[in-house]
Amino acid sequence: MKEVIKVSNLTKKFGNFTAVDHISFDVRQGEIFGFLGANGAGKTTAMQMLCGISKPTSGKGTVAGFDVLKQNEKIKKNIGYMSQKFSLYEDLKVWENIRLFGGIYGLSDKEIARKTNDLLHRLNFESERNTIVKSLPLGWKQKLAFSVAIFHTPQIVFLDEPTGGVDPAMRRQFWEMIYEAANEGITVFVTTHYMDEAEYCDRVSMMVDGRIDALDTPAELRRQFNAETMDEVFRKLARKAVRTDN
Amino acid sequence: MITVKKLHKTYEKVTALNNLSFTVNDGEIFGVIGPDGAGKTTLFRILASLLLPDSGSAEMNGLNVVKDFKKIRKIIGYMPGRFSLYQDLSVEENLKFFATIFNATIEDNYHLIKDIYRQIEPFKKRRAGALSGGMKQKLALSCALIHKPEVLILDEPTTGVDPVSRKEFWDMLKKLKTDGITILVSTAYMDEAGMCDRIALMREGNFIATDTPENIISAYQETLWAVETENMPASLRDLRNHPKVKTCFAFGNRHHITVQPNLSEAELQDYLKVKGYANIVVEPISPTVEDCFMALTNA
Amino acid sequence: MKQFLSFVQKEFYHIFRDGRTMLILLGMPVVQILLFGFAINMEVQNIRTAVFDPARDAATTEISGRIAANSYFNEQKHVHSFHEINRLLQQGEIDVAVVFEQNFNENLVHTKKAQIQIITDASNPNTGTIVANYVTAIIGEYQKEKLQLNAIPYQIVVENKLLYNPEMKSAYTFVPGIMGLVLMIICAMMTSISIVREKERGTMEVLLASPIKSWTILIAKTIPYLSLSLINLITILLLSAYVLHVPIQGSLALLIFISVLFIFLALSLGLIISTAVRTQEVAVIISGIGLMMPTLILSGMIFPIDNMPLLLQWASTLVPARWYITAVKKVMIEGLGIAYIIKELSIIAGMIVFLIGVSIANIKYRLN
Repeated sequence: MKEVIKVSNLTKKFGNFTAVDHISFDVRQGEIFGFLGANGAGKTTAMQMLCGISKPTSGKGTVAGFDVLKQNEKIKKNIGYMSQKFSLYEDLKVWENIRLFGGIYGLSDKEIARKTNDLLHRLNFESERNTIVKSLPLGWKQKLAFSVAIFHTPQIVFLDEPTGGVDPAMRRQFWEMIYEAANEGITVFVTTHYMDEAEYCDRVSMMVDGRIDALDTPAELRRQFNAETMDEVFRKLARKAVRTDN
Repeated sequence: MITVKKLHKTYEKVTALNNLSFTVNDGEIFGVIGPDGAGKTTLFRILASLLLPDSGSAEMNGLNVVKDFKKIRKIIGYMPGRFSLYQDLSVEENLKFFATIFNATIEDNYHLIKDIYRQIEPFKKRRAGALSGGMKQKLALSCALIHKPEVLILDEPTTGVDPVSRKEFWDMLKKLKTDGITILVSTAYMDEAGMCDRIALMREGNFIATDTPENIISAYQETLWAVETENMPASLRDLRNHPKVKTCFAFGNRHHITVQPNLSEAELQDYLKVKGYANIVVEPISPTVEDCFMALTNA
Repeated sequence: MKQFLSFVQKEFYHIFRDGRTMLILLGMPVVQILLFGFAINMEVQNIRTAVFDPARDAATTEISGRIAANSYFNEQKHVHSFHEINRLLQQGEIDVAVVFEQNFNENLVHTKKAQIQIITDASNPNTGTIVANYVTAIIGEYQKEKLQLNAIPYQIVVENKLLYNPEMKSAYTFVPGIMGLVLMIICAMMTSISIVREKERGTMEVLLASPIKSWTILIAKTIPYLSLSLINLITILLLSAYVLHVPIQGSLALLIFISVLFIFLALSLGLIISTAVRTQEVAVIISGIGLMMPTLILSGMIFPIDNMPLLLQWASTLVPARWYITAVKKVMIEGLGIAYIIKELSIIAGMIVFLIGVSIANIKYRLN
């Protein structure tokens, strides 16, 4: 199977502080990859390097087939990104947001029009086409934001805590959208603080003090750590952390 | 003791609080649990005397949150949802500052924050902005506690905090409870409900249930099963297509389904087998608060 | 009191720990003084004059002689008709024409009143005014000397801004303007920003939920900026005295008193802005457009108020800096005492009372 993310010994130092410490892993195409870790373990920095926003201090890797050190502009064209903090322009209408992001990724007007209809239809959102995003409920916003993040059919979509604060039913609908995208071949790289969501991933990595201390399927991790739930796995691993700060 | 009667608040078209009434007993941990936008922050701000309700009343230890707002502000410790300390001040300076504006000193109430503050004390010279999420929460809690409040109002203290730090945070709240402090706390994490003495499930400005977590769980009406198969994502759809399955949601490594009473476990096993699944497990389970929330919001 | 002091201390921490902003605040007056004092030269040189002198007596000859001798003035033509003056002005061959009345000296001695007309090319009103001012200054100088010689109480009032600026340095007129501008920016803008920052970061929510009084917060917020302004005030005065050689003619105590009044006024403006806006960006824009622009344009600092359209002249009366700058000019440059700035002082005091009233009315005890 094709690997869309391949990194080895990726490291990021800020002064004499090593935020990300020689991490190596591969992510396969169409995989849902959970990227877990305590606050300050280095998740955000690692993700920024993979997205081409931050330059690694050392190590090498490719994302979507492009070099993280030299081809970060190409990486950006081939990935999608969504976070809880920023995803859509709140003061723009639903269709305006879609058009904007379509335009940013260089889709043609015709393509944007066709895919917009398709997207709204799939989300059952046709009636909200002209709604200002701010007035949508959070769960809807996040579903829309995800659809926008994969609008240009990227090879990989990075999701940074996409479901924080979303109500339980919506959270699950959101994950069903993730499954769908993965079935269509889009690789999903996701961070979350909900440990039940870690179970929905094909494989999960756990970051502790800037290193990846465990990486496997949820079932295998539970077996390895002799734990009932991922929550327990997480706690057993995070307890090893020396560093309390970022 | 917090007494809330018919509290109502609207913003333009949105009803943030819909005639809410409830009481919180002294020395209780009362959790308000619901998704973002349920109205939790509005409720807490009104109780902290920071917002005026449209109608209804709220009293904390006999003080009215509108009329007696000056006195209210002396007896409460309030921690807003967003990290609200001075990022450019050190840990120690923040604590000292908040102690002084409440006319208290760190020495007076050190016993109260000792367990929490000790964990961040090694970094007391560090600027608050450079702390990690979990440590910021600990500092914010210390600052909210330093004047020995009678009532602690914590708006989503654990949002964005990792599971380990969250667990530690709740352990701290349990200890504070033994000091007799009444704690009102909100969260969007349903799994934190069990840490509270009583909870209110909140949605769209209403409390859809208010009780102890145990009572809320025992009031659950549905027949709830957990289902496990080899291919979890695919089985979601097949389970939903079964005529006697009412709802089906992913819950970690299992699916939780509510079924009609006349469906037997064997029947469902057979159904899944025919669909080609292997390693099927079907078993009745008792619900979690999250199941309750979903059942209540589905109805 | 302890609450208050620890709040003030916190404010100082904020300022000291934001080194870049502090550098800007302390460096701004220095840069502005040097910029206006040296780089932006508003002086007009090589002025070409035409003199129309039907009298040709001792007084007129001396005056035109003095004009010709002045280093700012270059060549001097003698003309014999208004028609000629018009032609020369239109063709751009002269910058100013000086017209004496007939029997000038006679009138001056007997009726104690003589007339001179100064005609300038007003297509560039600034240059025109400056040139006219130069000429009036020279005439004024002449009058002053005559006055002292004859010891006759003349009643001639000369409309002349440069009368007390015999060297005619443009820096003289800018120093009061810069003082007004710097104090306005630091007090109004920085105070409003620092309050709005607390709203934006969410710390205001915690403060409101505490027993600290709203007015304690507001006053504590203003203290650090008050002290910064005083430092800047001293910097400006030192620079202007020792670098630009603009001495303080009047009483230093009076100058500081007016400045402190003006600082209070600016602080209360800052407080009002902070209660009205929610984000730092808006606070910056409002203080920039609402305070800085009027101070620069309408205060008389750069453009003479007399040259403005009537509507803008009215508008300028609402600009606090206009009154402050006028008062500073009177005290600092003309060396006048408190009796001469009663009007300015009372207007500034009135504005303070009004603004503080508004800001007290706007104090919020809750989130909106």
